[in-house]
Amino acid sequence: MLTFRIIPCLDVKDGRTVKGVNFVNLADAGDPVELGAHYRDEGADELVYLDITATYETRKTLVPLVERVAGTLNIPFTVGGGIGSTADVEALLQAGADKISINSSAVYHPGLIGELAYHFGSQCVVVAVDARQTPEGTWQVYTHGGRKATDKELFSWVKEAEDRGAGEILFTSMDHDGTRRGYALDALARISETVEIPVIASGGAGKPEDFYDAWKRGKADAALAAGLFHYKELSIKDLKKYLKEKGVPVRE
Amino acid sequence: MGSIVLIEYGAGNTRSVTYALQRLGLEASLTSDPERIRRAGRVIFPGVGQAASAMEKLRQNGLDKLIPELRQPVLGVCLGLQLMCRHSTEGDTPGMGIFDAGVIHFHDRPEDTNGLKIPHMGWNRVLPKDSLLLQGVPEGSYFYFVHSYFAEIGEDTKGVTEYGVPFSAVMEKNNFFATQFHPEKSGDAGEQVLKNFLRI
Repeated sequence: MLTFRIIPCLDVKDGRTVKGVNFVNLADAGDPVELGAHYRDEGADELVYLDITATYETRKTLVPLVERVAGTLNIPFTVGGGIGSTADVEALLQAGADKISINSSAVYHPGLIGELAYHFGSQCVVVAVDARQTPEGTWQVYTHGGRKATDKELFSWVKEAEDRGAGEILFTSMDHDGTRRGYALDALARISETVEIPVIASGGAGKPEDFYDAWKRGKADAALAAGLFHYKELSIKDLKKYLKEKGVPVRE
Repeated sequence: MGSIVLIEYGAGNTRSVTYALQRLGLEASLTSDPERIRRAGRVIFPGVGQAASAMEKLRQNGLDKLIPELRQPVLGVCLGLQLMCRHSTEGDTPGMGIFDAGVIHFHDRPEDTNGLKIPHMGWNRVLPKDSLLLQGVPEGSYFYFVHSYFAEIGEDTKGVTEYGVPFSAVMEKNNFFATQFHPEKSGDAGEQVLKNFLRI
């Protein structure tokens, strides 16, 4: 049986991991490779490296980093953050990334999704979507790390992304992100029913039950979390043990 | 064992395989040169993307004829496995016919795969059937898959995975070996599979 995937997300700035300062047992928790290896040893099924580098100059650190990650880790990983062209993607895949995630660039140039799927295959194209619920109850898509509202509606956008060739959807509810109160289950379930490609839940994980809900009620195929793992509030090992006891298929 | 070559034909995720071999302390070279492939001790045949265009690229180098004639151990990965089969419904593509099995889409079996997410993406188990590649792999180990087409079960099937339908996760015949999953991305279990192949 295909397992429910647990995916830690590592924020990388100028080639260094931003969070994860509580890992006293690691020689250098700021090293994205070492932190990634730690998560792999804990049982992470995949990793997401999100580059939040501010400038073009420091962005050049990304490809060498991806090479180091790919050389070290024997599990799949996705690279995202500021990817805007086929050339960007080619460089990252060449360096050894398994998948890339695009967000703002997909919204403003939807044709990019199809272009990437054509050149590299849908399996490596993750479309990340940040959205927030309006007072009227509809879900509005945001870009630029949640700073810019768009006129796109969440459910039609994920469907369009799928039709254009996305291989996976990474959905973050901005309303839930950082709250530690659980994922946006209703929206998640609706996305899972709207598209046929796998859906990764993101934003709001605070306790093991939230992951169970993402699987059971949100019908997600995978769940991503950052702070919860980085600050050692929950280990992936314990989380998987809990999920297994609850009957969720997980890789041990 | 001799040298290890990875067949480079513009449709393979060769980098990850190269890294995986490096982690085992081995160097592999990339090539599309038939002579170098023929002389290698081990040949790895990776593949991602679409079957018809990948097959076309093989044909341009004459590799579609060369690969079935190889005598040393050959390992196909993912699309590599599918191209080693008889035929794929993806683009109605004739394969190299090394393995006696057809390749179809999960949707070609709607009664079994209805409601399942496609691609089959993530970690799944493989049930060994007298497989050399899976020797020493702990029972119940998981492997990483990403694919929408699969090889049907046939007499060359040596490992079976279930996703709505049972399909060939491992195929072996004479000196030809192949995995639908990515051994290079499948943690310790995947490393064992690569080691087994290199030991054959």
